[in-house]
Amino acid sequence: MKNAFMLLALGVFLLLSYGLYQGLVAAPTEATMGNVQRIFYYHLPSAILAFLCFTVNFLASVTYLMKRNARADALAVTTAEVGVVFCTVVLVTGPLWARPVWGIWWTWDARLTSTLLLWLIYVSYLMLRRFASGGQAPVLSSALAIFGFVDVGFVYMANRWFRTQHPQPVLFGAEGSGLDPSMRPALIWNLVAFTAYAALLVWIRYRMERARQELEQAHALAALAGGGR
Amino acid sequence: MNFLYLAYGATWAIHIAYLVVLTSRAARLKKEVDDLKKD
Repeated sequence: MKNAFMLLALGVFLLLSYGLYQGLVAAPTEATMGNVQRIFYYHLPSAILAFLCFTVNFLASVTYLMKRNARADALAVTTAEVGVVFCTVVLVTGPLWARPVWGIWWTWDARLTSTLLLWLIYVSYLMLRRFASGGQAPVLSSALAIFGFVDVGFVYMANRWFRTQHPQPVLFGAEGSGLDPSMRPALIWNLVAFTAYAALLVWIRYRMERARQELEQAHALAALAGGGR
Repeated sequence: MNFLYLAYGATWAIHIAYLVVLTSRAARLKKEVDDLKKD
């Protein structure tokens, strides 16, 4: 098991290194923005992975509410946490790209504001998990996750529905939008690399959460046994 | 160019910080499991 993990981690490291090479060296320099456009190769995959994690969190939360399944709860908390990490990357790399291109760090347009709101919702989710007492945390946080997931759809549609400072979508956008074919390999390699990395993080964190659940159960059983004496 | 390196650096700083947090939490969890086994 340990060898398989090390092999997987090595594979992910190699993929990330190749993604870095693609983003910084192999991809062509964009004509109007110059080298700073290369931030895109980290910004977009991170946004896609945050969305993916929050979608899994939503599905796991619904499953937990329907079946009270501890595995679903562990998957929900895991994907919320990994999603917040990727959403943080989006919120940090975005302004660092915006400053040299737009001349401002931030603007309160629909896409940026709803992304910040998304991050706050899932940070609240994690704080609820951490600090709620009385055994109701999984139920309350599942309910929050279901309402919070509405914002994932809103963030995705924000620059399609509203006029925003944020550019129009590169993927699945209107006619004429899209990425130059010469830039696709860098995007695809980074998307593959970060997806593998996210899967590894989810795997590690899920196993930890399951161990924590089992530990909590063992403590509860020990307390019951102690109380029975 | 500086913004590009800052963005890539910040991305890795965030991921490395999360890995450090995960490692320390895993160590704490392992200690708790070991303590429980001893009891």
